[in-house]
Amino acid sequence: MVTLTHYLVLAAVVFCIGLAGVLTRRNAIMVLVGLEMMLNAGNINLVAFWRYLGSQAMSGQMFAIFAIAVAGAEAAVGLALLIAVYRHFRNVSVEEISSLKG
Amino acid sequence: MPWIVENLWLIAFLPFLAAGISALMPRAQKKASSGIVIFAMALSLLLSLKAGGYLLKAGSSHETLHLVRNFDWLPYGDTVIRLGFLLDPLSAMMLFVVSFVSLLVFIFSLGYMDHDENFTRFFTFLSLFAGSMLALVIANSLLLLFMAWELVGLSSYLLIGFWYQKPSAAAAMKKAFITTRIGDLGFFIGLLWFHYASGTSLFYDQGQGALDPTKLSILGGSAALWISLLVFCGAVGKSGQFPLHVWLPDAMEGPTPVSALIHAATMVAAGVFLVGRMYPVFEINPTALEVVAFVGAFTALFAATIAVAQWDIKRILAYSTVSQLGYMMMGLGVGGYVSGLFHLFTHAFFKALLFLGSGSIIHACHHEQDIRKMGGLKDRMSRTFVCYMIGMFALSGVPLFAGFFSKDEILLDALHFHPANLPHFASRIPIVFGLIGAFLTAFYMMRQVKYVFFGSPRDHGAQHAHESGSPMTLPLIFLALMAVATGFLGWPGHSWFHHFMEPAAEAHPTNLYLMLGSIAIVLIALGVSAFVYSGEALRAGAVDPLEARFASLFRVLNNKYYIDEFYEKTFVLFTRTFSRIIVRFDRYILNGFFVWGSALIVYGLSLVNQLIDEAAINRGFDKGCRSVRTGSQWNRWIQNGLSQHYLKITSLAIVILFLLALFIGRT
Repeated sequence: MVTLTHYLVLAAVVFCIGLAGVLTRRNAIMVLVGLEMMLNAGNINLVAFWRYLGSQAMSGQMFAIFAIAVAGAEAAVGLALLIAVYRHFRNVSVEEISSLKG
Repeated sequence: MPWIVENLWLIAFLPFLAAGISALMPRAQKKASSGIVIFAMALSLLLSLKAGGYLLKAGSSHETLHLVRNFDWLPYGDTVIRLGFLLDPLSAMMLFVVSFVSLLVFIFSLGYMDHDENFTRFFTFLSLFAGSMLALVIANSLLLLFMAWELVGLSSYLLIGFWYQKPSAAAAMKKAFITTRIGDLGFFIGLLWFHYASGTSLFYDQGQGALDPTKLSILGGSAALWISLLVFCGAVGKSGQFPLHVWLPDAMEGPTPVSALIHAATMVAAGVFLVGRMYPVFEINPTALEVVAFVGAFTALFAATIAVAQWDIKRILAYSTVSQLGYMMMGLGVGGYVSGLFHLFTHAFFKALLFLGSGSIIHACHHEQDIRKMGGLKDRMSRTFVCYMIGMFALSGVPLFAGFFSKDEILLDALHFHPANLPHFASRIPIVFGLIGAFLTAFYMMRQVKYVFFGSPRDHGAQHAHESGSPMTLPLIFLALMAVATGFLGWPGHSWFHHFMEPAAEAHPTNLYLMLGSIAIVLIALGVSAFVYSGEALRAGAVDPLEARFASLFRVLNNKYYIDEFYEKTFVLFTRTFSRIIVRFDRYILNGFFVWGSALIVYGLSLVNQLIDEAAINRGFDKGCRSVRTGSQWNRWIQNGLSQHYLKITSLAIVILFLLALFIGRT
C-alpha cells in the first residue's frame, strides 16, 4: 500500500536531486532545470497532503496549479535573463558570471 | 547745507554705478548697457547744471565760494584722515565741461563703435572714466584727487589699449601708463610733503583747510616752491607737457571717441586743473609760476612745430592738443588764473569737436587716418565739413570763435608778465612763443583742412566716403554750437566767465594793438597755408610743399625731433641695461648662492628625515596594514559574487537550522 510517507520520501528525493543540480551544475540552464525539479517536489507534497489529510476543499490542487503557473513565469523570465547574460558575456556559466558590473 | 552740496558725490557715483552694472552685462546687451551708461551720464549732467546754477544764485559773497562736504575716512591713532567734496566755481566749471562733453562723446560712440564686438566693454570703460574724472573734479582733498587721478590714468590705459590685439595699441597703452607714472611719482611726493607741511589733506575746511589763508601763511616760501614743483611734475605727465609729452600722440591708437574725450577735452586738462586747484600754493613763491609759464610756453611752440609736419589726422590734433595745453599752462604761469582756465573751458569743446569730426571722417574713409589718402570730402560729408571748419576756426583763433577769445586772454596776460626776479628779455619769452605758436596753429590747421576736404579724392576710401549717421553728426552740431557760443562768455572787458571764476580780481584792460596783431597773424597764417596747399600740392602722390622746400627740417619735424629715439637710446636703454644687471645678480648671486645653498641644506635634512620615516613610521604602518588585509581575506571568501556559492551557504544554514529545530523540539 502506498502511504503518505512514500510520497513524502519521493518529494524529498526529487528535492535533493534538484538542489544538487542547482548547486553543482555549471551551465545556468541546467541550474534552472534543477530549480524546476525543486518546485515540483513541493507540488508533490501539496497534492499528497491534500489527498491523505482528507480535506473537502480543493486547496492542495489549487496551490499546485498556482505553483506550476508561477514556475512557468519564472522559467520564462529566467531564460530571458540568460539570453541577455549570454549576449553580454558570450557565456552562461554561473562560475564566470560573478560581477554585477557589465 | 544745501541739498546739492550734500549730494555732490552723486555726480561721480552715478557713472561708477553705471560702469559696474554695464560690466556685469552679457556682451550681446549692447542697447541696455549703452542706455544705462548714457542715462547715468545725463543725470550727472543735470546735477552738474544744478550745482552750477546754485553757485550762480548764491552770488559772489566770499563764504559761498567754497562749499564743502567733508567726512572722516581713515582714523589712525589720534588723527583722522578726512576726505571731502568741494563745490566752487572751478569745480562747477569743470563739472559742466566733463559731463557735457562726456555725454556727447557717449552718444557719438553709439555710431562709431556700432560694429565693434566689445561694444559693452567700451561703454563700461567710458563710464568708469567719466566717474573718476568727475570725482577728480569735485575732490576736496589732494589725496582723494590723487586717487581719482590714478583712476583716470587707469581708464585711459584701458581705453588706449582697447584694441589690444594691435601691437601698436598695446605698446601705446604701456607707454602712456609708464610715462604718466613718472610724473605721478613727483606728484605723490608733493602730496605727502603738502600733507606734512599743512597737517591736513583737505583743501577747504571752514578756514582750517590747507588752501585756506590761515594755513597758507604757515607754509614757507621754499616748501611752497618744492611742493608746487613736485605737484607740477604730475601735471606735466598728465597734461603732456615737455618732456613727458611723448605718450599723448601715441595714445591716438585708442578709438577716436576716447581720443576726443580723454586725450583732448578732459583728462589731459586734469593737469591744468590741478595747477588751478593748487594755485594759492603756486602763488606763494613766484619761481613756481615762472617754471609753469616757461614749460607751458616752450611746449606750446614746440608741439605746434611738430604738428606742421605730421600726416596722421589724429596725430596732428594730438600735437595740437599738447600745444594748447602748453598755452593753458602758460596762461596760469604768467598769472592769468582765469585766462588759463578759460582756454581749458573753450578748448574742451572745440577740440572734442575736431576729434569727433576726425572720427566721423575716419569712419567714413574705412579707418584711413593718413591725410594724404583723403581729399575732396567737402561735398561728400557736408555736415561734418561745416562742423570741422567751425572747430578749426575756433582752434586757429579766428575772431568771434571761442579760441580767439581765450587765446587772446592768455596773450594779454603774457604781455603783462613782468616778474621782478627775471630779466626783461626772459619775461618776453611767453608772449613771443605764444604769438609764433598762434601762427603755426593756424597754419597746420589750414594745411590739414585743405588736405582732408579740398582737392579731389586721392584714395578709394575717400572716393566712397559718405556722411555719417545722426548719432555721430548730432554731437558734432552741439559741439560746434558750443565752439562758437562759449567764446562770448569771455567777451574782452566784460568777461562773464572772469566774473564767475574770480569775482574779486580785476582783469587786465583790453589791449587793442595786441588783439589786432594776433588777428593779423592768424589771418596771414591761414592765407599762407591756403595758398601753399592748393592746386598741385593736393594732387595724388604730390610731395608736401614744405618737404620740397625744407627737406631736412621737415624730416626732423616729421620725426618729432627724434625725441622718442632719444629716449629709446638713453632712458629706455639705461633701464634695460640696469635691469639686465639686476637679472644677472638675481640669477647668479641670489639664485646661485643663496637659493641653491639653502636648497642643498634642506635636501640634506630631508634625507635624514626620510631615514627616520622609513625605519620608524613605515614599519609600524605596514604591520597594521597586513592585519587588516588578513581580516579582509575571509570576508572576501564569503562575498565572491558566485550565486551558487551563496546558495550553498544558504542550504547549509537551512540544514543546520533544521537540525537545531529537531534537537530543540525533542527536549
